[in-house]
Amino acid sequence: MEIFRNDDHEGFYDELIDEKGIPRPGVELLVEKINSLPEGDLVLRQKAAEALLLKMGITFNVYGQNEGAEKIFPFDLIPRIIPSNEWEQIEAGLKQRIFALNEFIQDVYNDKKILKDKIVPEDLIFSSRTYRKECEGFTPPRGIWCHVTGTDLVRGGDGCFYVLEDNLRCPSGVSYVLENRQVLKRTFPQLFEESQVRQVDDYPGKLLQMLEYLAPDEIQSPTIGILTPGMYNSAYFEHSFLSQQMGVELVEGRDLVVSDGFVYMLTTRGLKRIDVLYRRIDDDFIDPAVFRPDSLLGVKGLIDVYKKGRIAMANAPGTGIADDKVIYAYVPEIIKYYTGEEPILPNVPTYICREEKDRAYVLDHLEELVVKAANESGGYGMLIGPHSTKAEREQFARLITDNPRNYIAQPTLSLSRVPTIVGNRIEGRHVDLRPYILFGKDIYVQPGGLTRVALKKGSLVVNSSQGGGSKDTWVLLPHQS
Amino acid sequence: MLSRVANSIYWMCRYIERAENVARFIGVNLNLLLDMPSEKDQHWLPLVMTTGDQELFEKNETDYNQEAVLWFLTFDRTYPNSILSCVAAARENARSIREIISSEMWEHLNNFYLELMKEESIKMALQDPDRFYNIIKMRSHLFTGLLDSTMSHGEAWNFARIGVMIERADKTSRILDVKYFMLLPQADLVNTPIDNIQWISVLRSASAFEMYRKEFHNITPRNVANFLIFDKNFPRSIYYCIARAQVYLHRISGTPPGSVTNSAEKHLGRMQADLEYTDIDEVIDSGLHEFLDNLQRRFNTMGGTISSTFFNIEPQITTTTDKQSQTHTQS
Repeated sequence: MEIFRNDDHEGFYDELIDEKGIPRPGVELLVEKINSLPEGDLVLRQKAAEALLLKMGITFNVYGQNEGAEKIFPFDLIPRIIPSNEWEQIEAGLKQRIFALNEFIQDVYNDKKILKDKIVPEDLIFSSRTYRKECEGFTPPRGIWCHVTGTDLVRGGDGCFYVLEDNLRCPSGVSYVLENRQVLKRTFPQLFEESQVRQVDDYPGKLLQMLEYLAPDEIQSPTIGILTPGMYNSAYFEHSFLSQQMGVELVEGRDLVVSDGFVYMLTTRGLKRIDVLYRRIDDDFIDPAVFRPDSLLGVKGLIDVYKKGRIAMANAPGTGIADDKVIYAYVPEIIKYYTGEEPILPNVPTYICREEKDRAYVLDHLEELVVKAANESGGYGMLIGPHSTKAEREQFARLITDNPRNYIAQPTLSLSRVPTIVGNRIEGRHVDLRPYILFGKDIYVQPGGLTRVALKKGSLVVNSSQGGGSKDTWVLLPHQS
Repeated sequence: MLSRVANSIYWMCRYIERAENVARFIGVNLNLLLDMPSEKDQHWLPLVMTTGDQELFEKNETDYNQEAVLWFLTFDRTYPNSILSCVAAARENARSIREIISSEMWEHLNNFYLELMKEESIKMALQDPDRFYNIIKMRSHLFTGLLDSTMSHGEAWNFARIGVMIERADKTSRILDVKYFMLLPQADLVNTPIDNIQWISVLRSASAFEMYRKEFHNITPRNVANFLIFDKNFPRSIYYCIARAQVYLHRISGTPPGSVTNSAEKHLGRMQADLEYTDIDEVIDSGLHEFLDNLQRRFNTMGGTISSTFFNIEPQITTTTDKQSQTHTQS
């Protein structure tokens, strides 16, 4: 398939092919392989991979659509490749960032030194929707708050990686990383072997180790469960997949009950105590006695048991404070404050609308900027200036003026692209990268992570709920690149 | 295991068994009609009677013709016991316990559903029904085979098998009840050999024809009923299903047969004993219909008892005195 020449960069950074049309280091083998496939073969393999995903039932539900409207998360066969030297820097940067954010959360709920030193404005914390005053004075088991993080990175036109968002609450997508890898191994076995790709399959094992590490001291072999909102949740496949891979219980709120100061599962043999919960339900819904009283998904009394140290939870309630998109703007300062080091991975330059100067600039430049609400995810509550209508811009101008604290703005990034199968052709599509980080005894970064791709031409929104797909991500072993 | 999970696996298997039985009833009926073309449209009402859902059918249809009944029993999503509804419900249950069952089972069931949802399925059901209903049966058999050979025979598996057995016993009793009622108004004919294709079709509806022949050779209504109710070895006889369910139930609780630890065991044990101490002549004397009707009522109660014993347990608020013993039971 000669279409892999990619001589049309349209001014964007391409992850696989450089500006001269030559494969980047480590990518040669892949390009050679794909170019040598018989005409139409790649498209056939792509279709076979999609059929496989449907057959395996790897589907998600799109909110707002009819129940039963299941879609496969679109998957593109052409992988994204990261050379080892670039990966080493990303890995170091993420470890530094997660360490600092964990220190930050602990400090904010306890000594509040960073607020007293006026590095982060105090009112920003207390006005955040994700600040949980119930967590004040609390230190979670082993002092860890953000056990599982999925940090969104993007590569700009300058070829550098930037941190776009920190997802410290219930980031999803890791199951796609594992499944995509399985599909690609089946599709290009030989290429895989020769390319020396770092493996991703030990993630469930690492996750299990981390959860075991959190269990109360006196428990020899802890009972661990994943708390899911249930099968109609868009990430249900992942919850069930991870529980199967780790061999732990998959529980819903209605399977659990608090009695006598402990949390129990309702089993066919009566009550059984549970010691660690990897919860995939937001703080708001986790305990109707403490947070939203109308929640049917949570467990009444759970937080009380948690605070007494009789059950551990990942991620800790209250972690969302570091997920606030306005706090994000302060993360470089936060890193310096707690580590004394310069951040290894830079933030995307960010305008903070609560600052008068920034706000004036934002309101004047809405057409060029991306505006984000402080606490939305999944690509909702967002304005992409260059793709917006006048009415949308006016709406956001109003929103910002009414509640400046709730908004930030960033320049529209020219996200890097990866060649992607579109119909019978290969075209460049914009991507981001979400590596997954586990914080247990030490910090582990899964090599690679989820590469999400915006399948619509020119689109910058990679979320699955908004027409995004994914790719396998190959981090190469050192001697390769 | 989690009560919710036990509930889902039990129902998953009941639904698949139900779909298979509906497919077999239809297949047998279609076959029967080829031999008696003149009575074409008189044989579809009894089929709906077998399901006990005439009222639901008559909501939308008045005429029990082939097309209407096939649609109702196979593809009607508003009818909860149609084949498609059963397979969809089984799949939804499977989805909620995907981490418990094997990937093979899940993928097969997922595929079963996706294939049924295709336009071509409706076409095939109309144009080549024999093949279509046979495929449904084979898919169910494949599912049962996967259950048996890809999943550990632990607690979850035992719940699955109980679901299969109770559903099967119920369906065998229904087909026998309806056909007996239709074919034999007078009880004195009960021992007359009538090598009637209709009686053969009753046996075929339970895949029992060949096995019956080995046992009794001649076809008499009495022996057909005897075989389908009391045979000790035939896997669709009511006795066999109850006895097996009893075994699986005792494996779950770990108590030897003969002693009971919960009301589900008590209930099932009593049913089995009743069947052991009854014979076909007594049944026919006192009325087969009454006997089967009573059995069906007991199956329903049985379902309820299993549910309250394992699936909907009430959390007990324990006293604080014996905290140690109840805080951390491993299983």
